[in-house]
Amino acid sequence: MKLVIGIVRPEKANDVLEALYRAQVRGVSMSRVQGHGGELERVETYRGTTVKMGLAEKVRFEIAVSDDFVQPTVDALCEGARTGAVGDGKIFVLPLDQAVRIRTGETDHGAVTPVDK
Amino acid sequence: VSVVALLAAVPQVDTGDTAWMLVATALVLMMTPALGLFYAGLVRSKNTLNTFMMCIAAIAVAMVTWALVGYSLAFDGTSSLIGGLDYVGLHGVDFAPREGTTIPHLVFMAFQATFCIITVALVSGAVVERMRFSAFLVFAALWSVLVYAVLAHWAFGGGWLAAGGTLDFAGGVPVEMASGFSALAAALVVGTRKDYGRQALLPHNAVYVLLGAGLLWFGWFGFNGGSGFSTGNNSVLAFTNTLLTPACSLVTWFVLDLIRGRKVTAIGAATAIIVGCVLITPAGGYISPGWAMALGFLGALPCYAMIVWRPRTRVDETLDVLAAHGIAGFTGILFIGFVAQIGWNGVSDGLFYGNAAQLGDQALAALAAPVYAFLATFVLLKLIGAVMPLRASEHEEALGMDVVQHGEEAYVTGEGAILVVPEDGGGAPVPVADPG
Repeated sequence: MKLVIGIVRPEKANDVLEALYRAQVRGVSMSRVQGHGGELERVETYRGTTVKMGLAEKVRFEIAVSDDFVQPTVDALCEGARTGAVGDGKIFVLPLDQAVRIRTGETDHGAVTPVDK
Repeated sequence: VSVVALLAAVPQVDTGDTAWMLVATALVLMMTPALGLFYAGLVRSKNTLNTFMMCIAAIAVAMVTWALVGYSLAFDGTSSLIGGLDYVGLHGVDFAPREGTTIPHLVFMAFQATFCIITVALVSGAVVERMRFSAFLVFAALWSVLVYAVLAHWAFGGGWLAAGGTLDFAGGVPVEMASGFSALAAALVVGTRKDYGRQALLPHNAVYVLLGAGLLWFGWFGFNGGSGFSTGNNSVLAFTNTLLTPACSLVTWFVLDLIRGRKVTAIGAATAIIVGCVLITPAGGYISPGWAMALGFLGALPCYAMIVWRPRTRVDETLDVLAAHGIAGFTGILFIGFVAQIGWNGVSDGLFYGNAAQLGDQALAALAAPVYAFLATFVLLKLIGAVMPLRASEHEEALGMDVVQHGEEAYVTGEGAILVVPEDGGGAPVPVADPG
């Protein structure tokens, strides 16, 4: 069981979601974050004030998956988020100690497996 | 006695009419930033400023072209196709009353300028979220002269439609049908947005949309109420009808929304206000308040149908200018031909009151204006596109037009922003992480 964290461009977030759904990965959280990797700063001007935007808008996906799903999830993130230019983002895979589905009390594998209605 | 008769024959400026027209002009100018707000709410947040700026740009560009040449081509002389050049650079446009009115020529010109401005801004709704700003500026300058001024001459300036008896109170021809059918042409030439039809591209702020619609309605009282150039009966009628028709369109829209989705939507309501105002624009001073209400109830139907149908096509006419302005203007122009009443307008009856010829005159305008607007805009954009790229690259479109075209964001937080200190500004520059 792993927690996959993907930090991607906001304009690629929809493509990532599409790729995840195609890979049958359905339990996803996403949030808007600001971060700085290797990309060049954007220069913006507001009246007389010119600033370098050191932090870029990113979208952070958090996906808890069973071991079989780690590689498909990572592949989907790469496929959906890649443009080839600096700033495409990062993927981190972390070990996950425990997962609990609040509604049923199921733990671990049962908790990260989507329910089919 | 002869002196008195002579004085009576000389056209006089009326102070009351002039006072109202000064206010009406300001009201109509306000409609363009209001449209900017309305449009900005309908696009994604990364395109907020660019969308708003297209409307602001219309004020800059169209006001200048109007003063230089547009006004003259629209309102100098009564030749059938295009006006003359006597008023180029506003030469001879002064305090004397404009022919056929009791207001100074300058006020008349200013009032008509605000119409040209908002019409240019309306067309931008077809191409937001992907058209390059500089290409839009060039398009706006040429369109305001080659399309707006020509159609304004036909309908308002004594051109062939006006001379032939077409009734168009406040701009069904040059404003509503011109912008709507030009928008269709512009959407076809500029092309669809990158993710159109594949991903949901949703409005980002419905409150802007409602507020923009409300301000547009407020401004429309100057637009329609001022188009009689006086405080006379036609103006009073148009003013009051501008209250009635959109309210009735709202009712129709609520019912259709309820039938279709079991919920009344806010963006639908904002759209209904615009549709109602457009419907009554050509007809305002010509039809009775009762028929104005009927126009609001009935005229909303084809516009609603178009707004439901258009997104299912491959035509990314993004903000539905064709439905809200083209179709509504078309409907309003034709409606006059059925229900005009000489008892209300002092000019002509429609088909229901025994004058079938009026419907013919209206149908002619409803055919000619869309054809000219569509073809002229299509050719114009093809020509501009041959000289410069019309749209941003896919990458730029993905980033958003605000950052790419303007170097600004609508909802900037300032977090992580590092001040760029001018070289002689004293103090060491703040170190910036260099991945180098």
